[in-house]
Amino acid sequence: MSRLLAILFHQGVLDEQFLQLQQLQDESSPNFVSEVVTIYFHESEKLLRNLRGLLLDREFSDYKKMGIHLNQFMGSSSSIGAKRVRNVCVAFRAASEQNNRAGCLRALELLEHEYCYLKNKLHELFQMEQQRVLAAGVRYPLHQQH
Amino acid sequence: MSSNSIASNRWMSEKMDGFDLSPNSNSDNEEEGVHVLAVDDSLVDRKVIERLLKISSCKVTAVDSGWRALKLLGLLDEEDKSSSSSSSSSAGFDVLKVDLIITDYCMPGMTGYELLKKIKESTTFREIPVVIMSSENVVARIDRCLEEGAEDFIVKPVKLSDVKRIRDYMASREVRSVQNQEERSSSNINKRKLQECFDLSLSSSPPSISSSSLSYPSRSPSLTPSPPSLFSSSAPCSPSSLDSPTRRLKMTGFD
Repeated sequence: MSRLLAILFHQGVLDEQFLQLQQLQDESSPNFVSEVVTIYFHESEKLLRNLRGLLLDREFSDYKKMGIHLNQFMGSSSSIGAKRVRNVCVAFRAASEQNNRAGCLRALELLEHEYCYLKNKLHELFQMEQQRVLAAGVRYPLHQQH
Repeated sequence: MSSNSIASNRWMSEKMDGFDLSPNSNSDNEEEGVHVLAVDDSLVDRKVIERLLKISSCKVTAVDSGWRALKLLGLLDEEDKSSSSSSSSSAGFDVLKVDLIITDYCMPGMTGYELLKKIKESTTFREIPVVIMSSENVVARIDRCLEEGAEDFIVKPVKLSDVKRIRDYMASREVRSVQNQEERSSSNINKRKLQECFDLSLSSSPPSISSSSLSYPSRSPSLTPSPPSLFSSSAPCSPSSLDSPTRRLKMTGFD
């Protein structure tokens, strides 16, 4: 496990589900993790936009809809092992179930922060992985090029 | 020996005729050709479950809603619900032949529970095992699904060990099906075997069990859930794990 990954684990940013995803990656599906994570990013950003849109609307009252978005966000976060993001969603959902708008706003801010951190770190992780693969390729003096 | 395990029967005859309706991504391993229909509205989850199944040598068709699943199964325009006795009776389009359905519980439109009910109401498909997935570990929800006939209930996130358990169950189910077909010509051995199996879980022996039914009939409500035990994924063959509430293992290799 790389040092960055170990740190992310230690911080609770990722959990063992992320390792599970890595186990699903092999020669037949060499980019599986980054593919799934990319889908997760797209979905998450859409959900965040929706949540923000709902909350910042002055006449907002549709907590149920917010709960639906949060459930989706929670589900996908747990599926990729994004533990901290998922935990913030849980707290967010609790605030929304109490119709606590101020609490929701705070939770949204925290959620966006956690999500940004996760996204940056995962990008870093993938970049490091790519560099590692490239470096490994250079070691072998083969003339084959892909 | 009526409409017993239609899915297995179809599988057997289709194997012999070399006629394969299902998308064939793994044509080498016909014996491992368990075809799973996965239903989940989350794209992330669909990708993951698809990969989990493929890496476990299953063929996968993944759809995003219960409606689409029913459509693929040919259950939507169901005028011939009662008269249909084979998979290809739905005129017009290709009906998917599946061995297992795994579905998310929380979905917009039709929930996994509603999908489960529709499948169990169908004469054609009620024998197909249905597994429910959910991110919420709610015992009432689990109970409801199992009572409706779900084979198993998996708490998300789904892991390789969960899929392996399902895979082992499907393999043992096929073996049992072949064995039962061989024995059926002889006698009531089948009845007795099933009886023994059910005695593990039910307190009284229900005399009305159809001997030809391989799927579990509606469970007696007297099944008492054992105290919540830490989920263990490493004991797929333990016969006593029927009551584990977090996972509700019906798929144990007892026999």
